[in-house]
This record gives sequence, structure tokens and C-alpha cells, in this order.
Amino acid sequence: MDTLNQVKQSILTPYGMQEKDIDKIMDSMLSVPVDNADIYFQSSHFESWSLEGGIVKEGSHSIEQGAGVRVVSGDKTGFAYSDRIELSVLLEAANNVKAIARQGQNTQNKLETIPKWNRYYESVNPLKSLADQEKIDLLRKIDIETRKLDSRIEEVMVSLVGVHEKILVANQDGSLVADIRPLTRMSVSVILEENGKREQGSMGGGARTEYSYFLDQDKALEYGKEAVRQAIVNLDAVDAPAGNMTVVLGPGWPGILLHEAIGHGLEGDFNRKGTSAFSNKVGERVASDLCTVVDDGTLEGRRGSLNIDDEGTPTEKTVLIEKGILKGYMQDKLNARLMGVKSTGNGRRESYAHLPMPRMTNTYMLPGSHNPVEIIKSVKKGLYAKNFGGGQVDITSGKFVFSASEAYLIEDGKITCPVKGATLIGNGPEVLTKVSMVGDDLELDAGVGTCGKEGQSVPVGVGQPTIKIDGLTVGGTNV
Amino acid sequence: MTVQNQEEINRLKNLVQDLLDESKKQGSTSAEAGLSVDNGLSVTARLGEVETIEHHCDQGLSITVYIGKKKGSASTNDFSSNSIKETVKAACSIASFSSEDEFAGLPDQERLATEFPDLDRNHPWNLDVDTAIDLTVECEDAARSYHADINNSEGASIDSHQGIRVLGNTLGFLQGYQATRHSMGCSVLGERDGNMQRDYWYSISRKAEKLESAKDIGMMAAERTIKRLGARSLTTRQSPVLYSAEVASGLIGSLIGAISGGSLYRKSSFLLDALDTQILPGFIRIHEQPHLKMALGSSVYDSEGVSTIARDIVSEGVLQGYVLASYSARKLGMQSTGNAGGVHNLTVDSGDNDFAAMLKQLDTGLLVTELMGQGVNRVTGDYSRGASGFWVENGQIQYPVEEITIAGNLKDMYKNIVSVGNDVDYRGNIRTGSILIEQMAIAGE
Repeated sequence: MDTLNQVKQSILTPYGMQEKDIDKIMDSMLSVPVDNADIYFQSSHFESWSLEGGIVKEGSHSIEQGAGVRVVSGDKTGFAYSDRIELSVLLEAANNVKAIARQGQNTQNKLETIPKWNRYYESVNPLKSLADQEKIDLLRKIDIETRKLDSRIEEVMVSLVGVHEKILVANQDGSLVADIRPLTRMSVSVILEENGKREQGSMGGGARTEYSYFLDQDKALEYGKEAVRQAIVNLDAVDAPAGNMTVVLGPGWPGILLHEAIGHGLEGDFNRKGTSAFSNKVGERVASDLCTVVDDGTLEGRRGSLNIDDEGTPTEKTVLIEKGILKGYMQDKLNARLMGVKSTGNGRRESYAHLPMPRMTNTYMLPGSHNPVEIIKSVKKGLYAKNFGGGQVDITSGKFVFSASEAYLIEDGKITCPVKGATLIGNGPEVLTKVSMVGDDLELDAGVGTCGKEGQSVPVGVGQPTIKIDGLTVGGTNV
Repeated sequence: MTVQNQEEINRLKNLVQDLLDESKKQGSTSAEAGLSVDNGLSVTARLGEVETIEHHCDQGLSITVYIGKKKGSASTNDFSSNSIKETVKAACSIASFSSEDEFAGLPDQERLATEFPDLDRNHPWNLDVDTAIDLTVECEDAARSYHADINNSEGASIDSHQGIRVLGNTLGFLQGYQATRHSMGCSVLGERDGNMQRDYWYSISRKAEKLESAKDIGMMAAERTIKRLGARSLTTRQSPVLYSAEVASGLIGSLIGAISGGSLYRKSSFLLDALDTQILPGFIRIHEQPHLKMALGSSVYDSEGVSTIARDIVSEGVLQGYVLASYSARKLGMQSTGNAGGVHNLTVDSGDNDFAAMLKQLDTGLLVTELMGQGVNRVTGDYSRGASGFWVENGQIQYPVEEITIAGNLKDMYKNIVSVGNDVDYRGNIRTGSILIEQMAIAGE
């Protein structure tokens, strides 16, 4: 059975809904002049298992489903949703949201037909991909093997999360598209103690696939090893330096720099409204010519990848910055229409109970020509930051932060002692202009990223090669 | 005394009882179930016109079952009887696979709340869409017309929510209540000499009449934005730091995290074994006030049904008690403090200083009004966060600052608190005035 029929059968059929009922709801919304109308059906099964203190002490399972109806007229949006997928309930919701049309002006946009799209992950159900006992055995094995790694380990915490999500989007052009989205994530955290001093380390990964992903090449055990390694490094860490200095960022997850420094600022809604530090800068230089940055929803199996976005638009590989020049923004339908461009397949929403908006998928910088060793060698005095926690940005002032969780001093071209975690702060439109070397070692993150915007969380990915930034403020205590 | 929709509450209580009965039928030895239903309206206006109208309607139920000392949980937003059976089945299945945990289980019977005073939490606002639009437009207008440098807006918004929460367990506890929450906020942009800034303000209450006026909220948002225009960095230095009330609550939040049961029994806290020791200066008292009428954090019982208690957590700077739920309490060989789900109206007693007096006491140093990023290591207490605010000299604000970090170790920062202002921010569950810290590292240009 194809994806569309499979999704219809699991979301509509149990509630006695048929395709003609969708037409009825849509007809009701289209009885007033609108630019966009859609109905978004979603069914999501989620499970988590967690281990601490050597035992799998709990697990949880949740099932959520519902539908959201939306009418857009000009730049105005009416929205209602219900967890009851029933014709009468959704007709009432449609009736409620139509009121927005009297407030807005319809621009009589012509309808676009949806092109064919590719698939970047399989329609699998991760929850069913291992028996429950096997999930538990996996967590236990990681616990046992990780504890063997170091006698200073005090605690090991392991969690396994799986999501099986089905979505169905009906648009005003009569199109009905569906997607089945698997998502898995595993993380391992450890606490080490030595002479009364404690430190933590954590590592995880995930993908849009089955749990077997974590068994392949003992990936899950590698997470444990990496968590222990980080904790050991941090046990020896000295106070981090404070002030502006040359910073070399390692490959992979440090690409959170791109997500915070430029990614959010290049989302269509902020630029349409003129509230971003990057507003009206298309065609201008915003990075050194070594930098090419893309947002790519089409990477095979990646956490941030989507076959179609939550408005039914196929995802793309969108060039944001090419050789330092700003090329364009990430768009959903509403903002694309108002800015006179096409949606880039970045219209995403946390669930049926939230409105879609432009969001990132997998955001990364393409590799350059430098050997990473050569990059470190070129630095007389600076900071090498290898791992990070989260970040944040003020898109209007452009100021952004991201917090290093593993970093080292660079002295005379060599990585020397580890320093304590510190927050790095910079100015988005400026920071990439200071990129003076880009490595040939592009890596994508391991698949644990979650991005929050206006209260909505969605899974994302980041990546980059090793890069050198000639001047970024490091927030240590060593003044 | 507020009116509660007792009929609807009873209907939902029966649903929770059904869940509990079903779990027994399916073989659990004990169980706890919760349910919530929320309805709301959100309206946003931008540049003088309505931008979004959102009708909210959420519901969910969850069950935790124990088979002996084995635990499993499940939840759903489908309230049909078939779904209830399936949800209980999922929870029981998980419990059958999880490990025996001697500390797992329902709260101790004698700790469950038995008296249920009305905390005045339910004040429905009969808000229609047109009124909401008018209010948001008025709010944003007040902001946009405040100053010539205000040149753009993220809009003004109103949210009004009413919900019912029901909690029950197989020890016979079954309670429900109705509560409301309304808020209005505004965020505007200003620009001067190519420097663009944004700030916001909001008001929140259980009762619409208690909200600040639309006009005041808008003007406050604009004033805050205007004050930030022309912000610059600072050179790297050591300096005293004054946390304004709205960011000071985060500082106290980190303290609560460090003395919470989960962090303690996992030994992932920088305040292990700190009970009965001096963690703050002697003039500081921090206490919980769970039963304040109409307050946002008020509750008769915690998320397990355990009675909440008015108590001192820190008295004369000495840690008097931890923040515990039943499970973490048992792990630590202690008693639940009625804090499953968190603290309730945590209050830092303030001194006599208003904000101006706090600035005077800061004398020369940094006033922080916004923090960015996480940057707190909960195991070591190491602290490093992005900040913006104002540079102050001789008790007078000199100019706005941004693109700096402030860093220290929370253990030292707590001990080096110089004073707490009486400019309390009542909008959150942690109520504190501004907090002055003797010295921190500031990194900048």
C-alpha cells in the first residue's frame, strides 16, 4: 500500500472520516476569499525508556492525534484545532477560522501544483523495530559496558526514544499528501568522581530510521565511550579564558554556530517583517568568500530531513550563503507568497495544534581546502572548541551565544590544556566575515538537535568542517 | 470564592476513576492517573491590524501503573473508552518489562492532601475575538507611538486560557479543580544610527482585571526597546553585577535545581550534602507560599497529591530543606516535601532597597536585564552566559551594553550576594527582587 493510503487508513478510517469529508471542510473554508487554506492531520506514537542506577526504572508510551485547520488571507491567519478527528468538530473549527477572511485582503494567488518528491527515509515504525525486551537489553548492555570503562564512574544514565508520526495535508488546490516519519534518539550521560570533584559527560545520536541504527557497528556503545571521554577531559579542565580571541571550532555539532548566528536570521518570517538583522541583505556579503552555507532537508535519514514539509511542499537543498554572499531565505507558503518567492519547503510545525512557520532542517557549511591540523597550527594563542551544549539568538540585534562543553587552549599552534565550559558570544551578520580558514573535514552532527522557536520544538541537524574565526568573545572566568 | 464547573469536573473525575479501575482490572497493584482539559483564545495584532486568531482546545490523560515495584506510564489525548483500555494496556506492558525498583510507588497515604481550601484560581474572561483584537491593537499602538525611533513591531498578543485538572490514585485520592490564566504582551523594534533593537513586556494573571492595561504594557515594551538603542560591548573586566528582578528569578531557579531530589540522588548537583549549611548570606530567607490566593504558583497538593506546605527552604542563609517528591525522598531516606512538579510561589524575602537604591549600592558595575543561552553546569556550578543590560557609574545608568558574557561559579555567586531589592517580579513562580552580586567576570571586546 502506498504512503497516502496507509496514512488515510490509520488517521481517517478509525474515526469514520472519508476524503469527501475533507472536501466538505475545505469547501467551507473556501466559501470566503482566502489565499491559503489547509487541513493538517497528524497521528503520533511516542515511546521512551530510561535507565539509571543500573536498572531500567521506567518507560512511557503516548499516542496523540488531531487535526488543525488554517485559513490565510493576505498576511492574516485564522487557526483552530481539535484532538477529535470528526467531521462535525472540524466543520465548526473551519467555521471559526473563516472569520479572519473578513479582516484580510485576498491577493488571488494562483495555485501551484505539487511536484513529485523523493524519499529520504523509509516508512518504518521504530517502536516496532525491536521487541521491548531487546530495547531493555540494549540499555543494560550500554550501562554495563560503559561502567567497565573507568573506575571513577559514579552514575550512568541511558535513554532511548522513538517516534512514529504520520501526517496528512489537504490543501485548497485539492491536493492531499501524506508522509510517514520515523525518528529515533539515544543518549548516554555519565557522572565521574575523582577526589571529591565531579564532572559529567554526555553523548547521543539518532536518525529517521529503526532502532537497529544504534546496534550497527556498536554505535550505542560508542556514545558511552564518548561520554566518559568528555567527563575525563573536564575533570582536568582549568578556568576558561575571558575576552576576544581567535577561536577554532571543530567539525560537526559546533555547526550550531551556523544555526544560531545566521540560520534563524535567515528565516522568511523575520525578513518579511523586517525584524531580522539580515533583512534586505540578499546579494550582500555576510561572510568571507570561504563560506557556503546550505539548509538541506533532503539528506538521507537525517534527524532534520523531511520528504515534504508540514505544508506538503517537498523539501530542498537551499543555498543560504554562497561564497560569502547572501542568496536567499528559508520560506514557508505564507511568507514566500508575501515576499514574491517560492516556498523552499521549510514550513514546519511542532504538531497539529501549532501553526506552521519557516524553520530550519539540516543547516551546514560546505567543506573548504584546509587540513584541520594546519588550521590549529596557524593559531598562536586561542581557543579550540570541540563540543557544545545549546545556543540562542536575538534575531533583531543579531547577537547570538552558544555554550562550549569541551574546549582547549591553543598555544603556539598546539592544542594544550582543557578549559571549563564557557559561553561564546558574537554578532551574527559579522561572525562569518571573520572566518579565515575552512577545513576539508565536513561532518554532520550525530542527530540529537532540537530547535525551539516561539514555543514550538522541531528536530533539526547541523554540521560544518573545522573553521577558524579571527575574533569571538569567550566567556570564561580567567580575566 | 470562585465558581467551578462542578458538573464537568465530576465528569472528568469519573473518567480518571475509570482509568484507575481499568488499571486494576489489567493487573496493576497500584496506579495514579491525571487528566487535563484546556480551552483558550490567542489573538495577535501587528502594525495596527489583527495578524492571527488561534482557537485552542487541548486535552490529555496519563496513567502510571505499578506492578509491585515495577513502573510504567502511558498517555493519550483520546478519551474514548477503547483508548483508555489501550493506554492502560501500554502502561502495564511497560511495567512488566521495567526493573524492580524498591523506591518506586505511590506517595505515602498519610502525606496525601485531605483538605482542599479554595485558592481563588478560576476567573474566566468572557473575551470575544473583536475585543481581543481591539485590546491588542491598542497595546501595540501605545508602543508604536511612544517614540519616533520605534519603527517596527513583532506585534501585541493576548492569550486567555481556562482549564480543568484532575488527579487520582488507587489510595483513594481523587480531586479536580478549574483554573484560568490570562496574559497580554507586546514586542517592538527600534532603530537609531543603524542599530536595531527589540524588547518586550508582558503581564500575566489568573484574573483579567488584574492585568496591566494594554496601554501600559505597550509603553513599557517601547521604553525598554528605546533604552537599548546604541548598545555597545564592554572591555573584559571584573565587576559587580546587578541582576534585574526578571533575570534574578533564573539565578534562584538554578539553586532550586541544585537542591531538588533528582539532582541530589543522582549526585549531579553542586550543592550535595548542603543541608544545614550556609549557602547564602545570613540576611537571606527563601520560602514557599503554596496557598496564596489567586497566585500563579498556588496549589493545595503537588502533582502526586501530596499536601503542599508553607515552609522555609533557606533561613538566615542556611539550607533548611530539599525540594523532594516521593521517589527522590525515598532514595534519600527522607520525606516528600510536596514538590512533585516543582516549587510553589517560591519567595525571596526582600530588604528595604527599591530599584534606585539597588543601583546606588551597585555604584559602578553592570546591570543585567537579559541573559542568553544555558551555560550552567549543574554538576560543578560553573556559570557562563551571554548578557545584555546597562553600564552603571555612581549609581546612574550610563549606556546600554550587549555582546558580553558574565561568568562565575554559582556556589561563590550565592555566597557573594550583597543585597536583594524590593522591586519584586510577581509574574513567575519564583518571586524575587533584583539581586546584587559582589563580583563576576565580564568578557567582551
